[in-house]
Amino acid sequence: MNLSSFLIMRHEVILLAVILLLVIGEIFIAQRKKNSMVHLAIFLFGIHTLIGFLAIDFGSIFGGMFHTNALIQFFKNIINIGVFILLLQSGDWLQERIVQENKGSEFFILLFSSLLGMYFMVSSGDFLMFYLGLELSTLPIAALAAYETSKRKSSESGIKFILSAALASGVALFGISMLYATSGSIYFADIIGGGVTEPNHLTILGFVLFFAGLAFKISLVPFHFWTADVYEGAPISITSYLSVISKGAAVFILMILLFTVAKSLMGIWEHIVYVLAILTMFVGNLFALRQQNMKRFLAFSSIAQAGFILLGLTTGNQLGVATVVYFILIYMFSNLAAFGVVQAISLKTGKENMKDYEGLYRTNPNLSLVMMLALFSLAGIPPVAGFFGKFFLFTAAASKGYYLLVFLAVVNVTISLYYYLLVVRAMFLRENDLAIPYFKSNLYMKIGLLMTAVGILVIGLFSPIYDYIYELSNLY
Amino acid sequence: MNLTYITLIPMIPLLVFLVLGIFNKKIKPLVSGYVGVFGLLASAMLSFYAAYEYFFVHGKVDGVFQTFSIKSVWMNFTETLHIDMGVLVDPISVMMLVVVSVVSLMVHIYSRGYMKGDDGYTRFFAFLSLFTFSMYGLVLATNLFQIYIFWELVGVSSYLLIGYYYTKTSAIAAAKKAFIVTRFADFGFLIGIIVIGYYTGTFDFETLNNPEGSAILNWASTSFMGLSIITWALILIFIGGAGKSAMFPLHIWLPDAMEGPTPVSALIHAATMVVAGIFLVARLFPMYYFVEDGFALNIVAYVGAFSALFAAVIAITQTDIKRVLAFSTMSQLGYMMLALGVSGYEGHEGVGYMAAMFHLFTHAMFKALLFLGAGSVIHAVHSNYLNDMGSLRKYMPITNITFLIAALAIAGVPPLAGFWSKDEILVAAFEHNKLIYYVGVFVAGLTAFYMFRLYFGIFWGKDRSYEHAPKESPLSMTFPLIVLAVLSAVAGFMPFSEYVTADKAGFQAHLNYPLAAVATSVGLLGISLAWVFYKKENTLPDVYAKIFGPFYKWASDKFYFDEIYLFITKKIIFKYISAPIAKFDKKYVDGTMEGIGNKTVLVSKTIKGMQSGKVQDYAFGFIAGVVVLVIVGIYLWSN
Repeated sequence: MNLSSFLIMRHEVILLAVILLLVIGEIFIAQRKKNSMVHLAIFLFGIHTLIGFLAIDFGSIFGGMFHTNALIQFFKNIINIGVFILLLQSGDWLQERIVQENKGSEFFILLFSSLLGMYFMVSSGDFLMFYLGLELSTLPIAALAAYETSKRKSSESGIKFILSAALASGVALFGISMLYATSGSIYFADIIGGGVTEPNHLTILGFVLFFAGLAFKISLVPFHFWTADVYEGAPISITSYLSVISKGAAVFILMILLFTVAKSLMGIWEHIVYVLAILTMFVGNLFALRQQNMKRFLAFSSIAQAGFILLGLTTGNQLGVATVVYFILIYMFSNLAAFGVVQAISLKTGKENMKDYEGLYRTNPNLSLVMMLALFSLAGIPPVAGFFGKFFLFTAAASKGYYLLVFLAVVNVTISLYYYLLVVRAMFLRENDLAIPYFKSNLYMKIGLLMTAVGILVIGLFSPIYDYIYELSNLY
Repeated sequence: MNLTYITLIPMIPLLVFLVLGIFNKKIKPLVSGYVGVFGLLASAMLSFYAAYEYFFVHGKVDGVFQTFSIKSVWMNFTETLHIDMGVLVDPISVMMLVVVSVVSLMVHIYSRGYMKGDDGYTRFFAFLSLFTFSMYGLVLATNLFQIYIFWELVGVSSYLLIGYYYTKTSAIAAAKKAFIVTRFADFGFLIGIIVIGYYTGTFDFETLNNPEGSAILNWASTSFMGLSIITWALILIFIGGAGKSAMFPLHIWLPDAMEGPTPVSALIHAATMVVAGIFLVARLFPMYYFVEDGFALNIVAYVGAFSALFAAVIAITQTDIKRVLAFSTMSQLGYMMLALGVSGYEGHEGVGYMAAMFHLFTHAMFKALLFLGAGSVIHAVHSNYLNDMGSLRKYMPITNITFLIAALAIAGVPPLAGFWSKDEILVAAFEHNKLIYYVGVFVAGLTAFYMFRLYFGIFWGKDRSYEHAPKESPLSMTFPLIVLAVLSAVAGFMPFSEYVTADKAGFQAHLNYPLAAVATSVGLLGISLAWVFYKKENTLPDVYAKIFGPFYKWASDKFYFDEIYLFITKKIIFKYISAPIAKFDKKYVDGTMEGIGNKTVLVSKTIKGMQSGKVQDYAFGFIAGVVVLVIVGIYLWSN
C-alpha cells in the first residue's frame, strides 16, 4: 500500500483538512473577528464540493474495510451539494450567534465531523467501519441540536436525541454482534458470499435489530418518535440537516446493505419494508395534518416522505436503486428549499407557525414562490421535480407487482396534498393585516434558495440526470 | 451544414421573454421596446443567414434538398419510441423561419409606435417574444411531440395576447373562446399523435415521412372502421391543424380573436400562428399523400375549398374592418389547404404543395401589411367600423398607398405577389380537380370584391366630419408598412418552385397564360364591381343587400355558427349531460371524499396522544417495534 492509494479517500481527506483548517482558524482568529469564520467555512466547503466532481479512481483500501465506486462518489457529491446549500442558508444565523453569544466555529467542526462519519458509513466495507461511521455521524448532531444553549427547547432536543440515538445504536450493535456470531465474519463481502456458517434464526434476530438501528436514523414508524421533538427544538439548520442529509445517507446505505449484503434474506425484508412503508406513510401524513409549527410540520412530512422512499426499497433491483437515489436528490432540494424559507423567516421575525405565513405572498412574493415550489415538489405536483421522483418510485414498486402498496401510496399522496396546500393557501389566498413585513435576506440565503429553486425546476425536466443515475446504479 | 447556431434562433426570444417577464415593472418601456426589437433582429439575421446557407450553399446535394437535423433524447419510452428535442432543417422549416422573422420583426417595430403609452408595454413585448420563441420552436420541431409542445405554447401565447386588454370583458371572452376551440381541436391532434406513436413506433418526422419507410409502406396493416388506422390518425391530426388554421367548422374563434391589439392580429392571426395548420399538413405531406392513396388529403382539399368560399361570402358583409380581414385570412388559409389537398408528389405533379407554401409566404407579407395598415387607420380614427371612416387617403397617404398595394396583391393583380402564388394554386386545382378549381376562381373574384369594398370604404367614399383630423402614423409604424409593401410587390418573382417542393428536387414552373388570364379577369371584375358600389357613396349596396335579403342577413351574421355552437353546448351538453354529472359529483363523489377527509382528520386527532413527549415512551415504542418485527421475520423465515 502506497500513499497514492489513499487518493480514493479524497472526499474524506479533504474534508478532514477543512476541519483541521477551521480548528486552526478557531485558535488564531480573535473573537471579535470570529464571524469571518462563516465566510471561510463556506468558501472551504465550496472548494471541497467542487473538487468532489473531479474524476477519481475507485477501489478499496484497508483490506476492504473502505471502498468506493461511481455511485458512492456520486452520492457523496449529492450530499456535499446539500450541505453546501445548508451552509449558505444558515450563514446569516451563524454570524448572529457568533456575534451575540460569543460562539466559536464549533458549529462547522461538528457538522463536518458528522458529514465525515456519513462518508465512512456509505463507503464502509464491513460492519466495524459502518458502525464507526454511524456513531461519528450521530454524536456531533446531538451537540448541534443543543447548540442554542439559551433555549430550553434546544437543550431538550439535544438530550432526547442523544438518548434515542444511544438506544438505537446499542440495538444495532447488538444486532451486528449476532450477525457476526452466525456468519463468522464482519466483512460484507464474506456475508454476500454466504458467510462461514449457515444463516439461522439468530441471523434474523440480528438482522432485524440492525435494521431497527438504521430505521431510527431514517425515522421509520415505529422508530420515529424522537423526530418531532428533536426537529422542533433543534436549530433550523440542524433540523434541515437531520431531515435531508442524515436521512438521505441512512436510506442510501440501508439500500446498499439490503440489496447486496442481505440479498439472501430478501424474502423477509421485502415484507418488513412493505409493512413499514405503509405504516410510515400513514402515520407521517396523519400527524402532519394537524401540525401548526412549521418545523414540526416539516418533520412529519419528512417521515411520510421516508415512507415513500421505502417503495423503491421493496424492489431489490437496479431500477430500485436508481429511483431511490433520484428521489433522494429531489427530496434534498425540495426539503432544503422549504427549510430555507422557514429559516429566512424565523431569522428575521422569529415566527415559525403556519398562521404567521398568512398573506406572505403580498409582502414577500419571492420567498412565497420558493416555498410554493418546494411544497409542490414535496407533494409531487407536475411539472416540478418531485412529481418525477414519486412517479419513478411508484413505477419501480408497480413493476414488482406491488399494486396495493402503490395504491396506498397514492392515497397518501392525496392526504399529503391537502396539508401541503394548506401552507400554500395560507401564503397566497389568505388576507392578513399582520402579515410578515417585507424583508431582505442576505446574499448567501438568496443564493441558497435560488439553487434549490433551480434544482427543483431542472432535475425533473432534464432527463439525462436520471439516465446518468440509472447507469451508475448497477450494483451487481 | 452546421446547425448549432440555428438553435440560437429560438433561444434569443426566449431569453428576451424571461428578462422582460422577470423584470417586468423594473424596466422602462423604452428599454423593453429596444430589447424586444434588437433581440428579434438578431434572431432574424440568423434566420436569413440560415436561409442563405441552406438554399444556396449547403442545402442541395445532387439536385435534391437535404434534411439536416440534430436531436437529443429527452424522454425514453421504448427502444425505438422516444421523445426528442432538436432542430430540423429542410426547405419548409427554413422558409418558415424567414416568414416568422420578417413579420415578427416588422410587428415588433410597429408595436413600438402602436402600443406607446400603454400600461402593459413591457408585458406586451414579453408576450410577443414568448410567441416568437414558440413559433420558431414549432417550425424547427423534429418530431410530432415536440411540435405538439410548441403548438400548445403558441396557443398559450395567443391566448395571452388576445386577452391582453384584460379589463375588457369581450377580450377575455375572445381569449377563452380561442383557447377552448383550439384546445378542442388539439385533442384530436394529440390522439392522432398517440395513434401514430403506437402503430409506427416513432414520432420522428424523418422516419415517418420516408416514402420507402415502414410507417408509410405498412399503412394497410391495421384497419379501423374500413379505413387504415394511420388514415384515422392523419385525419385527427388534420383536425388539430384545422383548429389552429381556422378551417370550417372550427373557425369561430378567429373573428373574435381580433379583440387583441392589432399588431398581434397581424403577427399571430394573419401571418404565422394560423398557418401552423398548413405547416403541419405540409410537414407530414408524404404521409398524407401515400397513406391510403391520399384519402386524408382529399378531406383536406374539400375542407379547404369550402372554408375559402364560406369565409369569403361572410367577409363581404362585415363592417368591422378587422373582422373583414379575419374572414379574408380564413378564406386564404382555405386556399392553401385546398392547394395542399390537390397536390401530387413528384416534380410538376407537386405544384399544389409548392403553391400552398408559396401562397403562405406571400400571404404572410400582404396580410400582415393589411392588418398593420388597418391598425394604422384604427390608431388614427379610434374606431374599427367602416361607418366611421372615409376619404382617409387625404390624411394618411403612406397608409393609403401601402394598403392599396396589399389589396391589389391579395386580389391577384399582376405583377404583385399574390398573383403568382394564387395562379399556381389554380393551376394545381385545374389539373387535379375541376370542381375545386371553379370554387377557387369564384373565391378569387369574391376576394377582390370584398377587399376593394374595404379599401374604397376606408380611403375613398364620403369624408366624415372627424372630431380630430386623422394624422398619418409615426415612422415606427409607417416604416414596417413600407417594407412589407415592397415585399408584397416583389415576393412573387422568386423562383419558389426551384426551392420548396414536395419531393425537394425542385422544378421549373411556367405561367399558365389561359388560367392566369381567367383569374386576373375575375379579380379585375371584382375590383370593378367594388368600384361601382363603394367608390362614391351611393345607394347601390343597400339595394343589393335588399335583393339578397335573408341571405345577406344570414351571411352578415356569419351563418349563425356561433349561435349553433352555443345552442349545442349550452342547451344540450350543459343541460342534459354536464348538469346531471355535476350534481352526481357534488352529492356522491364529493360527499364520499369529504367523509373520508373528515374521518382522516378524526383518526389524526385520536392518535395524537401517541406522541407524548416522553423519551421513555419513545424507547418503549422502539423496542416494541423491534420485537414485533423479529416475530414477523422469524415467522417468515420458518415458512
